[in-house]
Amino acid sequence: MTAANNILPLFIITSLAGAFLTSLVGKRVKWFPDVMGSLTTFVLFGLSLSAIWLTNIHGTLVYSVGAWKPPFGIAMVLDSLTVFMLVTVNLVAFCVAIYSINYMEKFTSKWKFYTLFLLMLAGMNGVIITGDMFNLYVFLEIASVASYALVAFGTEKFELEAAFKYAIMGTLGSLFTLLGIVFLYSYTSTLNMADMATVLAEKGLKNIGLMVSVLFIMGFGLKAALVPFHAWLPDAHPSAPAPISAMLSGVLIKSLGVYSLCRIFYSVIGITSTFSSILMFLGALSMVIGVFLAIGQWDFKRLLAYHSISQIGYVILGIGLGTPLGILGGLFHLFNHSIFKSLLFLNSGAVEYATGTRDLQKMGGLAQKMPVTGATSFIASMSIAGIPPFNGFWSKLIIIIAAVQAGRYGYAFWAVLASLLTLASFTKVMKYAFMGNLREKWNQIKEVPFFMKLSMGVLAFICIVGGVLGLHSVREVFLQLATKTILEGVKYAEIVFQSLQ
Amino acid sequence: MTVYFLCLVLFSLGVYCILRKRNVIKIIVGIIIAEYAVNLFFILVAYRMNGRAPIFSRKAEIVNMVDPLPQALVLTSIVIGLATTALLVAIAMRIYEKYGTFDITKIRELRG
Repeated sequence: MTAANNILPLFIITSLAGAFLTSLVGKRVKWFPDVMGSLTTFVLFGLSLSAIWLTNIHGTLVYSVGAWKPPFGIAMVLDSLTVFMLVTVNLVAFCVAIYSINYMEKFTSKWKFYTLFLLMLAGMNGVIITGDMFNLYVFLEIASVASYALVAFGTEKFELEAAFKYAIMGTLGSLFTLLGIVFLYSYTSTLNMADMATVLAEKGLKNIGLMVSVLFIMGFGLKAALVPFHAWLPDAHPSAPAPISAMLSGVLIKSLGVYSLCRIFYSVIGITSTFSSILMFLGALSMVIGVFLAIGQWDFKRLLAYHSISQIGYVILGIGLGTPLGILGGLFHLFNHSIFKSLLFLNSGAVEYATGTRDLQKMGGLAQKMPVTGATSFIASMSIAGIPPFNGFWSKLIIIIAAVQAGRYGYAFWAVLASLLTLASFTKVMKYAFMGNLREKWNQIKEVPFFMKLSMGVLAFICIVGGVLGLHSVREVFLQLATKTILEGVKYAEIVFQSLQ
Repeated sequence: MTVYFLCLVLFSLGVYCILRKRNVIKIIVGIIIAEYAVNLFFILVAYRMNGRAPIFSRKAEIVNMVDPLPQALVLTSIVIGLATTALLVAIAMRIYEKYGTFDITKIRELRG
């Protein structure tokens, strides 16, 4: 026990406190929600950066809530994978919070938006940092309920419809997750993840492994929008206000879906070859079907939403491969995707802010009037399509190399094909929205305000330099450690109990 | 064994209701039924036949105690369910204001 592990609860407390204060004061004081939103997310981002440093010194940190030692009490665990996810989530959240300062002007009651936003962030940070099964479910629900409300934020016809669909599917997904947790509890009589892994390793999995795995794949697959469970995503993500679309597509489906899947399958249950092949198959399926559905879309945000399904497929494929290189590629792509996809959603928001339309056919030549938006969305499009030297290229390359090395030539082929189709569909976006001649009716539009430009600029900068993360020395402290954590698998239990002493 | 089977029936009933019904309110009721089935199952898992309350006293032996943890957890899960239901009903009310119907086949702005 060192003083260092007192940082762990701060990730949840800070965002919850921000949400509480915003709802209390924000109604009366006009400037308060903006300041509070940006400040809270900035503090959280700082904390997660310092967590990189802390885990490099101390290794895995464990905090026992209320001084109840695991396996009895709730534990919070900070290992390299957790740190990696925390940095990703809080970086995107910070950029989105800055962007919202200007963007949310057109909505009434900004304080409600920030309250829900910070609650969602608290839920996501909680899911990532917790080391307890039931606690995971509780935080999952906090994040989900906040996101249902945020999708319906505009309370227009289609927003309500999308929110309803999303809420029903999401609740059903959570129910399956809870059912899986109940089965695991009845078998192991413990809820602590580390303890559960120990018990499962002693008792063996038998039939319950299959049952629980299927329930978790359904539950978290629904949250991550893997292909048979993806129907809600293309409705829900475009309907939310642009900053929230960026959060949902950028980090929510990853922290609730991919991270939880990873953590439970690799660290608690212990992955078998059957399940890694199921994951790979679902990943490849999402990758291809997502991109095929995306290519025919004319609504800017809907197109981006379909691409989210496709890119999540890459992440799952990489992680499902199970080789060190594959997992590294998967995690790297997870980080890159959250950067460029949130940037693209912010771009679509900027276009909507200036012109009031999301239909690609009605745009044209916008880059002349909106140079920053045009340039940043060009960078993000090239990044998602996998053009060197942007970050998306490197992670896709690693995944494809890993698939070839593992002897999965079919999956490598589909990955290349999906990448080409992505390029085609983003060429379309650039051609119709930003290149070409300016239409007369857009003569009056202006570039978006300062904070929106700032946030898009920051994300675009990370897109350009993101490839650096793949370099050897940088990789060592950030990606490689997270990969190692996944690969250690059920040794997770040993590590957690060791760090308690 | 019968109890577990009935619990499964309840869950299936809820899922059937979500999948097949066209009325928004009925779908919400389906969600509630499925949720209660899961909660009930959690309580059943912890129950011991002819068990006693898990209170420790000097004379009592520690045998056949009902597991108290799931009961506490189900309480949390019920509260979460309440929040979800409240939100769903609020959205349903707004949907009725905008569309003037609860029939989901008529609520179709989004497609593609």
